[in-house]
Amino acid sequence: MMGFSRPQNIAFWVMVAAIMIAPAILYPVFLMKVMCFALFACAFNLLIGYVGLGSFGHAAFFGMGAYITAHTAKVWGLTPELAILAGGTVAAGLGLVFGWLAIRRQGIYFAMITLALAQMNYFLCTQWEFTGGEDGIQGVPRGYLFGIISLKSDLAMYGVVAVIFVAGFLLIHRIVHSPFGQVLKAIRENEPRATSLGYRVDDYKLMVFVLSAAIAGIAGGLKSLVFGIATLTDVNFPMSGEVILMALLGGMGTIFGPVVGAAIVIAMQNYLAPFGAWVTVTQGVVFVVCVLAFRRGLVGELAARRRLSL
Amino acid sequence: MRLSRRSLLASAAAVGGTAALAARPARAQQATLKVGVLTDMSGPYQDLAGPGSIAATQMAIAEFTAANPGLRVEVVSADHQNRADVAAGTARQWIDRDGVDLIIDLSNSAVALAVSGIGREKNKAVVATGAATSDLSGRACNANTIHWVYDTYMLAKSTGGAMVKAGGDSWFFLTADYAFGHALERDVSEFVRNSGGRVVGSVRTPFPGTTDFSSFLIQAQASRAKVLGLANAGTDTINCIKQAKEFGISRSMKVAGLLVFLSDVHALGLDVCQGLVLSESFYWDLNDRTRAFSSRYSPRMQGKRPSMVQAGNYSCVLHYLKAAKEMGYAQAKADGAATIAMMKKIQADDDCFGAGAIREDGRKIHPAYLFEVKAPSESKGAYDYYKVLGTTPGDEAFRPIAAGGCSLVRS
Repeated sequence: MMGFSRPQNIAFWVMVAAIMIAPAILYPVFLMKVMCFALFACAFNLLIGYVGLGSFGHAAFFGMGAYITAHTAKVWGLTPELAILAGGTVAAGLGLVFGWLAIRRQGIYFAMITLALAQMNYFLCTQWEFTGGEDGIQGVPRGYLFGIISLKSDLAMYGVVAVIFVAGFLLIHRIVHSPFGQVLKAIRENEPRATSLGYRVDDYKLMVFVLSAAIAGIAGGLKSLVFGIATLTDVNFPMSGEVILMALLGGMGTIFGPVVGAAIVIAMQNYLAPFGAWVTVTQGVVFVVCVLAFRRGLVGELAARRRLSL
Repeated sequence: MRLSRRSLLASAAAVGGTAALAARPARAQQATLKVGVLTDMSGPYQDLAGPGSIAATQMAIAEFTAANPGLRVEVVSADHQNRADVAAGTARQWIDRDGVDLIIDLSNSAVALAVSGIGREKNKAVVATGAATSDLSGRACNANTIHWVYDTYMLAKSTGGAMVKAGGDSWFFLTADYAFGHALERDVSEFVRNSGGRVVGSVRTPFPGTTDFSSFLIQAQASRAKVLGLANAGTDTINCIKQAKEFGISRSMKVAGLLVFLSDVHALGLDVCQGLVLSESFYWDLNDRTRAFSSRYSPRMQGKRPSMVQAGNYSCVLHYLKAAKEMGYAQAKADGAATIAMMKKIQADDDCFGAGAIREDGRKIHPAYLFEVKAPSESKGAYDYYKVLGTTPGDEAFRPIAAGGCSLVRS
């Protein structure tokens, strides 16, 4: 199904089963956060893992999605699905602008341009009236799905987040394994050759950049509904760094890697919170160990050892 | 730092352990309340709040339960990492899973606003002691939240108004160029003018990211104003104070910091800070009661003196427990809004802030003090940092209840 390889198929159903069983054991709000960030990391991975474009400014799309969703849900009174859609659309628009400028360069220059644009976006967010500056947008209502189903209970919200996450995950998988995705991988491997074969490389890059931004925006929008807040944390640079950490830890260029990476990073933030300053220290140590010991990331290393495609 | 945390944990475990051992055989059916301290353990506010906030909370609980053995109070704590989403996640989990009844500290405005909303949704009690935004008792007020210690209005009023009375009647502002800085400048300017002073000018410094304030400081010096108002916070303020000292500006002008705390002065040292003017609602060396509190606190924190936020945690937990006793512990556990209502009803009185009251909009009322930092030669020892320049009585120190726009206030 969906162009999954056999091990991917098994892993996918294991993941779906885990999503269904987990809320009985673990705290649903924590799981929703994991899924929001997993979707964000998957969107980021779509760029770095499959096209080789390392964006250092993905927080801009995530945060903008969060702000727009929060604003439209709270002030305009849109239903949650429309608010998330609005967040994704604005993030895609922002991605179009960022991408149009950034894809002209490669490697470190590409990273720096995205970083600079994201910082400009952060600066705007501190100044803008509707973002609430330092305090952010607070008290965002979860509202009624399609105007009917109340999302006030955590389990109802969990269902929505799970469906959107799985849909986003499958969409990314589909993109990667479509003819479009094959061209992307060709660009990653050898860009001049892709050009010589007659592909308009820049158009492909821009397209995937916008897709990645849109999915990141949807992830941000979901998160703002789950927690009822959208703040500067979501657009600030550490968020861009965190998503890189997630993709790296799980394994870039694997479809399940970012999901695993996101789960690990969020679990650390969550379960180490009582130990205070140790959160950041542990994160740093884990990062260093990961880079030194298994450079392909957890899932990437597993796949390489077992010669699987995950 | 490592040693201090470890010994803090050890002493906490020892206190908790002996309490549990002593309590178990006495009574099986003992009322239990749970307090969550959501604070900054790793960021810029860890000295202002952080481990000291937890120690002060445990102090209040130890003192109260010693006199009321029928109650057991547990403390949980976590680092909000100055991120509202982390704080919201922790607060939800505390309430849903761990049965926390009261969440305190919240030393970051975005964090406090987020947790206040969750407290309302889940009907638990929230007391913000570390947050600055006056919205907590204004537009964002709710029946489950009390704002203790201080707010931006109080700081602006005390520093702006009392400073003019103390002779600083012409002001120049260095303002961080974002909503918070603008609001601070606007509020302080108003108090300066209302008290008969004047504002001769201001300059906006780009935010975030300014580290070199020299050109702005020279502009300020050229204005010949008597007071340099720093309408910024955190590292911006620290950098301004350091650079003002290096440029010799602190000799010709009085530097007034709007968000500076005892822990900042301690970190910077008296040599850099001398002459700095600032407002707080608590100082350990104010009177016999604050000194008594501080001498009980210091041994728990390796000789450190409490900041006003830490004192606020002691004060609010004690008051919360008194209110819970008044209404019955089971009722307090069941209904956060009712507990907050009881806290508003009974008289507040403790060693840190003296007698005070809590208004309908959730604003805790007590006096505000304008301090000047002593010169190194005037200081008699560790933490002997402030002298009192002026006092604003409680009924004037905070925003009038009608002006806040709080929906709880019946007009």
